[in-house]
Amino acid sequence: MKAIAVLAALLFGAAALSLLLGRYQPSPLDAALRLWQGLEGKPSELWTVIRELRLPRVIAAVSIGAGLAVSGAAYQALFRNPLASPEVLGGLAGAAFGAALGILLGHALWQMQLASFAFGLLAVGLTLLLARLVGQSGIVVLLLAGLITGAFFTALLSTAKYVADPYDKLPAITYWLMGTLSSINVPSVWLTAPLMIAATVALVALGHALNVLSMGDEEAATLGMPVRTVRALVIALATLLGTLSVTLAGMIAWVGLLIPQIARLIWGADNRRVLPASALLGALYVLLLDDVARTAFPVELPLGVLTALVGLPVFAVVLRRVAVGWSE
Amino acid sequence: MIEARDLYAGYDRQPVVQGVTLRIARGETLALLGPNGCGKTTLLKALCAIHPAHSGSIHVDGDDLGHLSAPERARRIAYVPQQHRLVFAYSVLDVVMMGRLAGRGLIARPTPADFAAVHAVLAQLGLRDLAGRSYAALSGGQRQQVLIARALAQDAPYLLLDEPASSLDYGNQLRLLELLGQLRDGGRGVLFTTHHPDHAFVVATRVVLMQAGRFIAQGTPAQCMNREQLARLYALPADELDQAVRAQRWAQQAV
Repeated sequence: MKAIAVLAALLFGAAALSLLLGRYQPSPLDAALRLWQGLEGKPSELWTVIRELRLPRVIAAVSIGAGLAVSGAAYQALFRNPLASPEVLGGLAGAAFGAALGILLGHALWQMQLASFAFGLLAVGLTLLLARLVGQSGIVVLLLAGLITGAFFTALLSTAKYVADPYDKLPAITYWLMGTLSSINVPSVWLTAPLMIAATVALVALGHALNVLSMGDEEAATLGMPVRTVRALVIALATLLGTLSVTLAGMIAWVGLLIPQIARLIWGADNRRVLPASALLGALYVLLLDDVARTAFPVELPLGVLTALVGLPVFAVVLRRVAVGWSE
Repeated sequence: MIEARDLYAGYDRQPVVQGVTLRIARGETLALLGPNGCGKTTLLKALCAIHPAHSGSIHVDGDDLGHLSAPERARRIAYVPQQHRLVFAYSVLDVVMMGRLAGRGLIARPTPADFAAVHAVLAQLGLRDLAGRSYAALSGGQRQQVLIARALAQDAPYLLLDEPASSLDYGNQLRLLELLGQLRDGGRGVLFTTHHPDHAFVVATRVVLMQAGRFIAQGTPAQCMNREQLARLYALPADELDQAVRAQRWAQQAV
């Protein structure tokens, strides 16, 4: 629990620092003076930048990072597979196609976001329906159904890109799918962030239930766990988190797969620790990389590319130690 | 009392367990013997509602098993599966704690009483030194003992054990049989499957012989585990059985 408190403190510190970081950068003395004036009720540019630009962005980064990491960790326990990620049920592929369709047919950002959210839910719904039609409640069938749905929506996405206007719409689709918080829609952040944080907290609370569920459905049932209820709850919460993260920022790669591995490496396999640690670590990871994305270079880098470029080498370095916990 | 009447159960449409009637009372140990694939595991899984029964009925202390919620079932019947591997490196303490918490809701937290109960069970089985170790890194026999500890932590009046001795060394087999006897004397109803007729002689108050989904004999060990019955059960020529028994006697004399 001490580690969780330390992580939470680090996250708060990093968030506060991120608010002061950006292209609009008065000298520290000047900034302090203006912040003070702002507290006294006098408006200043710095306050406007923080309130209108940086705060929504920081909140989006935190809720996306926490949401993706915690839903990855929850799926890994649910599917008894350390390689599961938020996209296993096809939700992210569906949301990506929805976003492309929204860009293709719509004009406003909210149209694209709505289409993305709707298709994300639709894809997971199709996966569950397919698994039900197959008639076996097993985890493997669910995984295969997710694979099929995901691949199908990925093919649809390629189709949408193929027919998109190559000078206008295609770059917009491509750039969106790289994952970025640069063109964030502020009202949609205020709308979705509370939902995402609530869903994250709910998943974190299910840590012990996920421990039991990862022993296998049959064993979990004999231990007194209502297997179907827990599974439905976890899928609903993780789907909400994954889909909303795509609607806010496109595809933020690898956070859901990598962060839980790191959390397990440091704090052991118990999901009562892995879930909160993943949430905080994921939030910190996306927040810091978004700071880098928007300040480190003259042009802004796509966040989703950065999370992969930084995360994968780290994963490669620790892979040997991560694999210790996986038995054959 | 667990009471199954005319029970048919199995995986798909084809029932593996075919018309079985069985009672397990508190304070008795029941040994279930039969060749591989005869339906022992399927019967155990039906008795703890992992597989729904195709037809027939199962009652636990008078209540229909199918009408009990998962937590209610877990409070009455604890099940020890055959030992298995796990992907995640949970500690032994975490695994045994699942027996205490799982029936208590989705967001249950362990209390000091739960920790005390888990440590008591680990001490009872001589597993105290393993508490902090990773379950995934244990040997097969140790994992089996941890699963037994988890079932004991569940503190249910009935205990179903699926080949609990299969991976244990000779010493731990004998300790397990002694434990089953203690549980019986403490008033629990115990059903275990085994491939060792001598285990049934040591601890069982009653024996059930199962073949191709049906019971072919029930009674005290002395009543139903004679030369003819065992030869029939395992489809062995009687003289081969005699040879095995002679070898065992010889080994005993060597001791």
